[in-house]
Amino acid sequence: MTTETLQSKIKTNNLDFYYGKFHALKNVNLDIPASKVTAFIGPSGCGKSTLLRTFNRMYELYPKQRVEGEILLDGNDIHDKGQDINLLRAKVGMVFQKPTPFPMSIYDNIAFGVKLYESLSKRDMDDRVEWALKKAALWSEVKDKLNQSGSSLSGGQQQRLCIARCVAVKPNVLLLDEPCSALDPISTARVEELIHELKKDYTIVIVTHNMQQAARVSDYTAYMYLGELIEFNNTNDIFIKPNDKRTEDYITGRIS
Amino acid sequence: MMEFNNTRYKKRKLFNQVAMSLSMATVVIALFFLSWILFTLFSNGFEYLSTAVFTESTPPPGGTGGLSNAIFGSLLMVLFATLIGTPIGILAGTYLAEYGKSGWLAPTTRFINDILLSAPSIVIGLFVYEIAVHQFGHFSGWAGSIALSLIVIPVVVRTTENMMLLVPNALREAAAALGAPYWKVTTIVVYRSAKAGILTGLLLAIARISGETAPLLFTALNNQFWNTDMAKPMASLAVVIYQFALSPYDDWQQLAWAGALIITLFVLGLNILARTVFRQEQVQR
Repeated sequence: MTTETLQSKIKTNNLDFYYGKFHALKNVNLDIPASKVTAFIGPSGCGKSTLLRTFNRMYELYPKQRVEGEILLDGNDIHDKGQDINLLRAKVGMVFQKPTPFPMSIYDNIAFGVKLYESLSKRDMDDRVEWALKKAALWSEVKDKLNQSGSSLSGGQQQRLCIARCVAVKPNVLLLDEPCSALDPISTARVEELIHELKKDYTIVIVTHNMQQAARVSDYTAYMYLGELIEFNNTNDIFIKPNDKRTEDYITGRIS
Repeated sequence: MMEFNNTRYKKRKLFNQVAMSLSMATVVIALFFLSWILFTLFSNGFEYLSTAVFTESTPPPGGTGGLSNAIFGSLLMVLFATLIGTPIGILAGTYLAEYGKSGWLAPTTRFINDILLSAPSIVIGLFVYEIAVHQFGHFSGWAGSIALSLIVIPVVVRTTENMMLLVPNALREAAAALGAPYWKVTTIVVYRSAKAGILTGLLLAIARISGETAPLLFTALNNQFWNTDMAKPMASLAVVIYQFALSPYDDWQQLAWAGALIITLFVLGLNILARTVFRQEQVQR
């Protein structure tokens, strides 16, 4: 086990989630450490994406979805009445399964989020766009075509554009919802390198179907099954000596 | 190997051929009448089309003249109908697509809009006659524009809603995830994605009202003279065609043909424009 003392970034207390009547998350208690990469693994429909989407209250876009229990971000309840939902989302960035470039230029894709909360001069905005694209390892590929449409890029580039867009707002948490599932192996490797690079500055939570990916990129892993958090530990322990029989069955391929 | 040419396969093939020929036959019938109509219209219309049609006002029986007042009246009333109907239609469509996810207001609006969409235009003409013409005591271009705008609104509401619903939710989520308030998600991201579709719907709505006769008959009526005052009765191509085509005078009937050709070409142009706008946007994606 680790000896360093970990600072908690996101903590859930007795978290339940409902899609209408369907009980999708059951009493989840989880403590995600700051400045680390935490992976959620588990079979399809186990609730890992659902859990991720509670951290920035994304589910609130849909009237029939609701949450019960507590989620603390840096010790503050994110469901608190005083918590502005848009400020929360600016602080907790999210990248989705499929690349979602906005129908505008590469530059504007990145400037969109920045403009929401900061009024930068043209020059500062240029710097910010460049900085974000460099963070996402995309700058060298697009620096000569910043005015082209974001959708003109390849799938892997689009996904890195989405990561750059997210980073540009300077959040302190990055939620990645299967960010590589629509990408080829080379783009996947680039995104994984990127995750490695970004974890210095951000707390990263990644949902993945791919156990090798979880093992490669994460420091901590949570195994979920049928809406329950079965086991949460550092990644090595989960993969080498899981405590729970169900975790062992999953990582050895007996549950798919 | 299994015997391939069995009876089940033969039967299915025969059935396919019968169905195919039936649908081909219906296409031929539809196209036959369409080209007949267009041929008659073009051969008569072009024969009577002249510069005078565009420069002179509608003549008294036996006199010479053109359709300039009717063309101008049509354009003016269509313009104002579009200006009135577009914002209402787009905003209502936006509400239905983006904000009316729960509650009773959106389903009710959608239902009433569907009724309005298929309401006979003569009913709309009578309605506006009652609320505008009857109240003010005279026919006017404004009343005509209001009647036409009532036809524009449901078309625009419907297409706006449908086009906005085509925008994937992932895009809304991505914008919201950056901390954008929902109105910005809608106006910047969703409108941009749906703009070609919304514009297409608008152009089709304009095409639709360009040929409407019944609502104008009860509201703007007609005006033999050049008129730019929307508060007075106003001529329109559709009503002039209706009046002239039914008249016993040859020169009036000829002008009606020319007018019919002008409307058809205008609507055709709008349709082609709508298709190009939509297609270009599809290519970009």
